[in-house]
Amino acid sequence: MEIKSMRFKANSEASLANVVLQGNLKNAKGKFVTKRAEAIKEIDDFEGTRDAAAAIRNKVIDNLDLWLERFETRAQETGATVMWARDGAEVCRLVTEIARKHGVTKVTKSKSMLSEEAGLNQALEAAGIQPVETDLGEYILQVNDNEPPSHIIAPAVHKSLDDVADLFHKVHGTPRKTEIPALTREAREVLRGHFLTAEMGLSGGNFLIAETGSVALVTNEGNGRMVTTMPKVHVVITGIEKVIPTLEDLSTLMRLLPRSATGQSISNYFSILTGVKKPEEHDGPEHLYFVLVDSGRADVVGGEFHEMLRCIRCGACMNHCPVYQTIGGHAYGWVYPGPMGSVLTPLYAGIENSIDLPHAATLCNQCGVVCPVKIPLPDLLRKLREKQTEAGLRPLTERIGLRVWAWVAQRPALYGLGARFGARYLKWLAGEDKSIRLLPTAPEWTRGRDFPAPQGKTFRELYAARQKSTKGSA
Amino acid sequence: MASKRVGLFVTCLVDLMRPRIGFAALKLLESAGCEVIVPETQTCCGQPAWNSGDKAGAEALAKKAIAEFEGFDYIVVPSGSCGDHIRTEYQSMFVDEPTWRDRATAMAARTYELTDFLATVLKVETVPGDYEGTVTYHDSCSGLRSMGIKQQPRALLAKMKGVELKEMNGCEECCGFGGTFSVKFGEVSAAIAERKCDFIHASGAPAVVGGDLGCLLNIEGKLRRMGDESTQVLHVAEVLAGRG
Repeated sequence: MEIKSMRFKANSEASLANVVLQGNLKNAKGKFVTKRAEAIKEIDDFEGTRDAAAAIRNKVIDNLDLWLERFETRAQETGATVMWARDGAEVCRLVTEIARKHGVTKVTKSKSMLSEEAGLNQALEAAGIQPVETDLGEYILQVNDNEPPSHIIAPAVHKSLDDVADLFHKVHGTPRKTEIPALTREAREVLRGHFLTAEMGLSGGNFLIAETGSVALVTNEGNGRMVTTMPKVHVVITGIEKVIPTLEDLSTLMRLLPRSATGQSISNYFSILTGVKKPEEHDGPEHLYFVLVDSGRADVVGGEFHEMLRCIRCGACMNHCPVYQTIGGHAYGWVYPGPMGSVLTPLYAGIENSIDLPHAATLCNQCGVVCPVKIPLPDLLRKLREKQTEAGLRPLTERIGLRVWAWVAQRPALYGLGARFGARYLKWLAGEDKSIRLLPTAPEWTRGRDFPAPQGKTFRELYAARQKSTKGSA
Repeated sequence: MASKRVGLFVTCLVDLMRPRIGFAALKLLESAGCEVIVPETQTCCGQPAWNSGDKAGAEALAKKAIAEFEGFDYIVVPSGSCGDHIRTEYQSMFVDEPTWRDRATAMAARTYELTDFLATVLKVETVPGDYEGTVTYHDSCSGLRSMGIKQQPRALLAKMKGVELKEMNGCEECCGFGGTFSVKFGEVSAAIAERKCDFIHASGAPAVVGGDLGCLLNIEGKLRRMGDESTQVLHVAEVLAGRG
């Protein structure tokens, strides 16, 4: 997927100016937050479960090669083929080759963010193979001229009922529907034909289980089952970090994933898929492929950002992020939005391609406290800021400004003088008013709010005067 | 019992913008029987540098503050954000400098946010303020989520006869300040602040109280831009100490 993260600031301002989007974001805000808060009450020791989940993920990341090899061996024993892709281009090449080998002309897809990373749909189309998104949100976006998703689990969360009603009326050529069940039924009717005719199904994977060689899929619409059981060929594409040791570990992580994501105790569908169809079985794919993708992940192993690899893609961080809630996911400019995206995009798509993202957070740590695997997202964002500074990627004025400020702040007399001047200058700017409407030294502040006037003298001045008068009167 | 020797870390923002908050903190500590010293060479804890990725600047300012505040029984800060920076981040800066790390750890163990110190350590029974009216409380992020400041300011306000606390919805939501975030992404920051102001208005309280001046300047600035000239925006120290 094209990286538009360098335009974060312009994108975020466009989001704020988009009245329809703002209305949709307001409607969506809080729904997942409230449901999650209720759902986690069902777990007696929620904090302990978070610790256990983080420990499972750490165990894997610390010996990722070992667990991947174990997964590969087990998966091969079940009749699956395991392939490795270094980057998105290799994903596209491998999947296209698999499709060609089996004479595939149509692929039904359940949701996969890695497919978005790799730009797989475009590659398949270019090879004359039709990709059909079957997750309702992804379907809406695909028929809307391949619009990118704005959320990792609710890709069309930025759209309203009206938006979808208009869209389906246009692309399906049917009378405009105004009820959600009617719209859903219409999508199902369109998709049913595709489910029956696709020769290949493509899914992501929430977890890969090393002890059984299985993939676990968490879905809500049932499309995942259609995609993975009806066609003769099933391809799973997922990141190498998705592997976990055992089914027992899966049960721990599954206590947290749906609750953190959508506030559900369990998703409507939860599948553990193992191997190809056996002779005595009635359904399932005859050919099963795993395409396990690096795309920057291996470089993160063992480094200072390795905690990010614990991520289980629940979306809780973005659901709770005040910035995400305000501007939506598109502003972030790549596959992954919100706090996790602001860490992943620089790591996977290049720190130089996403200068704004690590700064696009108030560091309020709402993300950190809801993360089911305790990723310290604000710390990681701050470390990325440090990397940018070290690499000289921040604007020169900002670097010089910070340096000068820190230099002065180490010299109390000079700093005191500067603060005295600053307090008076701000007071003068305010004049008779209680606040400043335009702050020439920081115009960004006053674009959307006033800057309150200072008292006019600094604490150190007033305190020194008080000490002097106390001593004088003593 | 000998009185506690407290070093007051005023914070750079209070020094520049609202000295009265510093004096209010001083009054609260003194009226609770502490001997309060204000080291005159203090400037900033270095959080803006740290959060902007300027490690060298942040470390230099941390060392400066550590050296200035050694020898006090306690260090008290009228800000959860600066307090958290001293208590949590200083130690993480000096992984390769054990001497400084130990000094940072020692400082962290003695550093408290103002209301936490008054309520938890001093266990004050009375406060000198005479504020009368209804207020709503904004929980600042670092104080709340990193330092556990939630009940302390409320418990102190509850000791004031004239104060009625009316909680707003979303009191724990970020106000959008975020330090340098507020001047890098001004419009987004102000849009988040607007939500906070809507919560404040919905509470019906004529005053909003908080423990961090950065958030308070952000909230006050947004209220005024929204045309609200009347809602008072106060630091909790001002309310507890009284304006006199």
